[in-house]
Amino acid sequence: MKQTRRTFMKTSGMALVGFAAIPSFLKRAAFAGTRGTSGGADRPVLIVVFQRGAADGMSMVVPFGDPGYYASRPQIAIAAPLRGDPERAIDLDGFFGLHPALADLKPIYDTGHLAMVHAVGSPDSTRSHFDAQDYMESGTPGEKSGSDGWVNRLLQGEPAAASPFRAVAFGQSLPRTMMGPAPALAMTTFAEFGVRGNGFESLYAGNGDDMLANAGAETFQAMKLLKKADPAKYAPEHGARYPNTTFGHSLQQIAQLIKADVGLEVAFADIGGWDTHANQGSARGQLANGLREFGGAIAALYNDLGDRMNNVIVMTMTEFGRTLKQNGSGGTDHGHASAMFLLGGPVKGGKVFGTWPGLAPEQLNEGRDLALTTDFRTVFSEVATRHLGATIIGAIFPRFNGSRKDFRGVIV
Amino acid sequence: MISRRGIMMAASVAVLLFCAMLPAPPVPRPLPADIPASDREIIHLLNRIGFGPRPGDPERVRRMGIDAYIELQLHPERIDDGSLAARLAGFAVMSMPIAEAYRNYPQQSDIRKQLGLAMPEKNRAADSVAGDTVDVKAERRMLQQYYQEHDLKAPKEMLNELQGQRIVRAVHSGRQLQEVMTDFWLNHFNIFWGKGGDKWMMASFETNAIRPNALGNFRDLLMATAKSPAMLFYLDNYLSASAQRAGNGARAGRKSGINENYAREIMELHTLGVDGGYTQRDVQEVARCFTGWTIDKAGSNGGFIFRPKLHDDGAKQVLGVDIPAGGGISDGEKVIDILARQPGTARFIATKLVRRFVADGPPQSLVNRVADVYTRTGGDIAAMLGTILTSNEFRGPEAYRAKIKSPFELAVSAIRALDGGTDGSPRIAGSIAKMGEALYMYQPPTGYPDRAAQWVNTGALAERLNFGQALAAGRIPGTTVNAGLLVGDGTGIGAEALLERAVNLLLGGDISSGTRAVLQRSLNDGVAAGNRQGAPSEAARVIGLVLGTPEFQRR
Repeated sequence: MKQTRRTFMKTSGMALVGFAAIPSFLKRAAFAGTRGTSGGADRPVLIVVFQRGAADGMSMVVPFGDPGYYASRPQIAIAAPLRGDPERAIDLDGFFGLHPALADLKPIYDTGHLAMVHAVGSPDSTRSHFDAQDYMESGTPGEKSGSDGWVNRLLQGEPAAASPFRAVAFGQSLPRTMMGPAPALAMTTFAEFGVRGNGFESLYAGNGDDMLANAGAETFQAMKLLKKADPAKYAPEHGARYPNTTFGHSLQQIAQLIKADVGLEVAFADIGGWDTHANQGSARGQLANGLREFGGAIAALYNDLGDRMNNVIVMTMTEFGRTLKQNGSGGTDHGHASAMFLLGGPVKGGKVFGTWPGLAPEQLNEGRDLALTTDFRTVFSEVATRHLGATIIGAIFPRFNGSRKDFRGVIV
Repeated sequence: MISRRGIMMAASVAVLLFCAMLPAPPVPRPLPADIPASDREIIHLLNRIGFGPRPGDPERVRRMGIDAYIELQLHPERIDDGSLAARLAGFAVMSMPIAEAYRNYPQQSDIRKQLGLAMPEKNRAADSVAGDTVDVKAERRMLQQYYQEHDLKAPKEMLNELQGQRIVRAVHSGRQLQEVMTDFWLNHFNIFWGKGGDKWMMASFETNAIRPNALGNFRDLLMATAKSPAMLFYLDNYLSASAQRAGNGARAGRKSGINENYAREIMELHTLGVDGGYTQRDVQEVARCFTGWTIDKAGSNGGFIFRPKLHDDGAKQVLGVDIPAGGGISDGEKVIDILARQPGTARFIATKLVRRFVADGPPQSLVNRVADVYTRTGGDIAAMLGTILTSNEFRGPEAYRAKIKSPFELAVSAIRALDGGTDGSPRIAGSIAKMGEALYMYQPPTGYPDRAAQWVNTGALAERLNFGQALAAGRIPGTTVNAGLLVGDGTGIGAEALLERAVNLLLGGDISSGTRAVLQRSLNDGVAAGNRQGAPSEAARVIGLVLGTPEFQRR
């Protein structure tokens, strides 16, 4: 058996030397300089994190300075900061505080690499998880007809030839936001990725079937790149500790791809469990547990990547927020605006961005939810243009009439 | 020459061993003697009109004549599919009324209410909060027990059944074109199973709206989808109410008033196409026509219901056609008629059919003829298909292996070619999902794009190669292939002969010299290494390799 395998290796090796097509992304490497970067480690990277289920923005970034907040949430509000009390909000600017379970993010805020945008979300009024996620991923609120996601349209604007790891989503299938003509890869874990068995590489080398040969060449090249990166032996740096959860594993693997310089430009990971209709909890409980994992994983990635964070932005989003008032089951129902986190070297952090709409009854959306003051596309397009170098906002967010002057200034 | 000899050999092996397993074909009506169709043409036909040949199928088609076979497939009611019933017995949800599906596949939250349990905490955090785990486990046992004692199943089981029966039918049904068209229309009228109530409505959608009309009349099909609870829910029309009527009673937090989603999609995706010449005003008018088309409470029957109180009864105008006030439910029905009559609809449907059956870039000459047939026959689907399947464009060399198989087609064609079978257990649907085509789980209403680029990419290709090996080695529970086909009685089969048989079975003997050379080299090396023992596993390896060839990725 071993013998056979070795012989197969030899065959594929010969084929490679003989007539393997050069993977298109390697050809592209030669032109990487024309993108205004030197390629490799200097390439800007975006990590998109989707909090599926509608995360409560007012628990993540607590408006402790607004009395309306405490009036509506007798059991589930997060108490205003008090020095030395770890069960309370962590003061950010005298008005907003961080949920105590997000304490891991506070040092990053203090170094100026973490910013929040509050009262942000989709202008569409839907309260359906499905529709709202769909809109946020397609980048077209209120419109379902397109099949592309905004991340894919972002990638379409760049040269076609690229790394097989250019856009990678961690999960069983490609998220809506990466669907479209630009190639993107979905994987659960490195260990699962790849072709088992031998003898296939030469089948796809120089076969005359260009489309399949190209995909084949990229597949095998991707496997080799991964092998070289030796993901099984990975040890996070700078004492970073990722939570032992699916989301933690996803972020760790994203960090590995970034360090391996395999051409990653956009990565995607999601984390569920935010639909807290009952027993949401306060400083402790259901939501706190979710936030501890969320913040812990992102902080671990930040620490693990060290200086490489200079070119990396993590951007989090959720389909909508939750009602201001707690409901009869100690939870919150589907609301409207929520909060986003942006983290990384290029982020002008240490600040909560956005206009606070207030929580008085007449200031609420439909009399019950945090109103929207920032369209999510305003933030997405600021990241797309200032961080990733996109030039035409309208090509990524069709029929969005925002422009550069609306940018919140979250990116340096 | 090689390929012809190969076919004959493969066919005779199959006829000898497995003839008995094929459903007996009904006697075709006599046709004038034809010039014997070339093997290539027969394989091509079987790869397009169905999910690829089973051993023996090419012989059957040759005996019957290509035209007679097409005619037969266009009339599935003439094909005896009796043996399928037993295979489908386990997929109960497919014949269940929606209200019954709600009762038999209840949401866990309903059972929790029944048992007085709190709503679930996030079990994701279970490993970090040790105190919770005991409760969680006890609750899980209680729930499981309740489901068992009351003979109930979790909603997820409905997805397993939907996927399972689709695959079983595609693999085992003699009505192959019926299955291809079911696949086509489910994608054309795509609905995402995961959207809320659609979990309980999808089976009824397939059974009552799609299947009966798959080869029938397009207008009837469109009407059936318009009145299906699944579509009404997926595209939100069930919420759509006259702006005036909704105005006073609207509660905060509930959608109220006109919802345009379905009105837009029925034109953009179901009939006219995005450039079909309708305006935003048409969208609004169509939306007004469909107000009140909604879903009855699950407690009643969960079916389609027209609620006059929600309907906008004013006069409307759609694509230049006046619809007078007071029409009630007939407003929406008129919209269906208007849309089905549009030349733009004829073109749009013709284009999509030709793309599916001929090539990603559909030849315009054929599209025009098919659109003419649509117009002349008032949307007769079988007539359009007949035109496509007997056209020169379809039979021409440009169409041969021009399409990349979708993952569903790849999996089913592999099982069929190897005279395999499946009971529809979830693992096979899981394999197809991994290759990029989760059945019933595509979110956008566009359906999967019917183009090669959708299926050919790095991750998907790796999964295709893995799938072929897993299938050949019998590593997909519930799904088997007959690797023994290659071995025969097992004596004196060399690698060369194994390869030859696999190429004949799986590729109709048609393989590029480059692929053949690579395969031969791989095998010779393998044999030289002394791996003569265990012929079946050697056969499995050969099959895995041939399933992984670029040739097998195409149809």
